[in-house]
Amino acid sequence: MTQRPMQTKSFAGMSGRAVIAALAAVAAAAALPLVLTNYQVGLATEILIFGLLAMSIDILAGFAGRTSLGHGAIFGVASYVVIYAGAQAGLPPAAGLALGVVAATLLAAIFGWLAVRTSGVYFLLLTLALGMIVWGICLRWTEVTGGENGLRGDVRPAFLVTHSAFYWAVLAAAVAASFAMWRFVRSPFGLTLRGIRDSESRMRSLGYNVSLHLFIGFTVSGFFAGIAGALYAMFNDFVSPSTVALAQSVEGVLMMIAGGVGTLFGGFVGAAVIIALENVVSAHTERWQMVLGATFILIMIFAPEGIIGKLRAMLARHTSR
Amino acid sequence: MNTFQLFNGLTFAALLFVVASGFTLIFGLLRIVNLAHGALYLFGGYIGFTVATRTGSFVLGGIGAMAAMAAIGFVLDQGLLRFVRGHELRQVLLTLGFALMLNDLALVIWGGDSFTVPIPPMLRGGTRLFGVFYPTYRLFVLISGLVVFAALWLLLNRTRLGALIRAGVDDAEMVEASGVNIRRVFLVTFLIGSALAGLGGLMGGAFLTLYPSADAEILVFSLAVVIIGGRGSLVGVGVGSVLVGLLNTIGQVMFPELAYFVIFGPMAVLLAFRPLGLFGRAA
Repeated sequence: MTQRPMQTKSFAGMSGRAVIAALAAVAAAAALPLVLTNYQVGLATEILIFGLLAMSIDILAGFAGRTSLGHGAIFGVASYVVIYAGAQAGLPPAAGLALGVVAATLLAAIFGWLAVRTSGVYFLLLTLALGMIVWGICLRWTEVTGGENGLRGDVRPAFLVTHSAFYWAVLAAAVAASFAMWRFVRSPFGLTLRGIRDSESRMRSLGYNVSLHLFIGFTVSGFFAGIAGALYAMFNDFVSPSTVALAQSVEGVLMMIAGGVGTLFGGFVGAAVIIALENVVSAHTERWQMVLGATFILIMIFAPEGIIGKLRAMLARHTSR
Repeated sequence: MNTFQLFNGLTFAALLFVVASGFTLIFGLLRIVNLAHGALYLFGGYIGFTVATRTGSFVLGGIGAMAAMAAIGFVLDQGLLRFVRGHELRQVLLTLGFALMLNDLALVIWGGDSFTVPIPPMLRGGTRLFGVFYPTYRLFVLISGLVVFAALWLLLNRTRLGALIRAGVDDAEMVEASGVNIRRVFLVTFLIGSALAGLGGLMGGAFLTLYPSADAEILVFSLAVVIIGGRGSLVGVGVGSVLVGLLNTIGQVMFPELAYFVIFGPMAVLLAFRPLGLFGRAA
C-alpha cells in the first residue's frame, strides 16, 4: 500500500487535485450530449452502465482477490425484476427500480453466502455455476420470464424518454454510485478486504471474521451490479436470458480487467474500450466474438494488469528514469 | 423413473464421463480449468461429422475428431498457455477467450444449422433389454463410456506414464525434482484430455446433435461433474457423471422448469461445504 501524501485541503476524502480531476471528468461527460448524435449518446449511456457493472466486479476482484463469473446473473436479475414490475405488475418506475436493486442484492447475498467458503479457481467455478442456475431458471420459467423470447416493457418514466435526459440521469446515478464504491473500498472495511486479499490466514489470526467480511463485500458488490442492471432495463426496454448469461459476466470481467484490476474507475475505461471496439468491429465484420476472444487472450498475455495499469507502469518507468 | 428413463440417464452419464474425464485430467494435473473444453467438444463433433459423412466411416470420424482436437490442444497449450504458466486466473480467462474464438470459427465453417453425426448401420434401430426396446446406439455410447473408463484406469494405474500423472497430481514439483521431464507429461495429458473432448463430440453428435450453443451446455455439465467428483480423480468423475446424468433425467422428467436447479442446486451446496468435491484431495 502506498502512503498518501499529507493533504491540507480535502473534500469528502478526496485531495484537492482529485476533486478537480473528478469534477472535470464529470463536467466533460455531462457535456457529451451537446456534441454527440443520439446514437452516440446511447453508446455513452451503455458505457456508463457497463462501467458500473465492471466496477462492482472490481470491488471483489481488485480489493478482495476474488473474481466472480456470476455478476452478469445478478445484473440481469435486476433487469428482469424492473421490467416485470413495470410492464407486468404495473408498478411505478421508482418502485420497480428499487425492487430490482433489492432483488439483485438478495441474490448476491445468497451467492455470497455459498461462495465465501471458496477462493481462487473454485470461487470462479462456483459463481459461474450459480450464474448458470439463474440463466436456466430465466430460460425455462416461461410464465414469468417469457422464456427465450424474454420480456419487453417500456419502463422509463416520461421525463427521461429523450436520449440526453436519460443519459444525464444515468450519469448522475453513475457518479453517485461510483463515489459510494470509492468510499467503500477506502473505508476501514475496504482495507480489511484488501488485507484478506493479501493474506487470508493473517487476517484470520488477527481476529477478523474473514467469511463475514467477504459475505458483506459480495453483497455490497451485488447491490451496485443491481443498480447497473436496473438502469440497463430502462436503457434497453427489453430483457432476455442472454442478459443473465455467462457471456454477460464474461464481458463485465473483461471490461474490469481491461480497465485495470483494483483501479475501480478503470471500469469506465474498460467499458468504453470494449463497447467502442464492439461498435467499430461490428460495422466491418460479423466476427465480433472472434475479436472479443482474441482481445481476451491478448490482454491475458500482454496486459493482465489492464490498460490503466499498463499505462501507469510505463509512466512510472518514464518518470523514475 | 422407469427403466427407459434410467437408461437415458446412464447413457448421458457415459457421454459426460468421456468429456469430463478429459477435463479433470487437465484440471487435476496442470491446475488449468480449461473453459475451452466445451468448444473442443463441439469442434471435435463437427470435424467428426464432416469426416464421417465424407468417408462413410464412423471410426474414421472418431479418429479424425480426436486427432484434430489433440492438434488444437497442442496449439492452445504450447502456443498460448505457456505465456501465462503459474497464473491460475489468467489461464482460466485465456481459455475462455480461446473458446470464444473457436466457437466463432466453427460458426464460420459450419454455419448455424444443427448436424447429426450419421450412425453406422449396425448400430441403428433398437435392442430389447430389461423389458424395454432401447436405441442400440445409446447402448453403444454406454459401453463406450465403460471402455474409456477401463482404458483410462489401466493407463493411470498400470503404466509408467500413468504413475507419473498420478504423482504429478499429488506433487508436480517433487516429480520434477526426481529427474522427470514433467512438462512433457503435462503436454501428453493435455493432448489426451483434448482428444477425449473430441471423441465425446463425435459420440454426442450422433444423439444430441451439434449446434452453436452445445459447447456451453456440455461445458457446464462437465463442470458440475468435476466439481461433484473432485479434481483429478477418475473414480470421482465416474460417480459425478452418474449423479449428474441421473439428476438431469429426474429434473427433466419431474421439474422441467427447474431442470438446471436440480443439478446445480445440490452442486452449489456441495461445493460450498466440501470445496474439493466428493473424491478431491487438498493439493
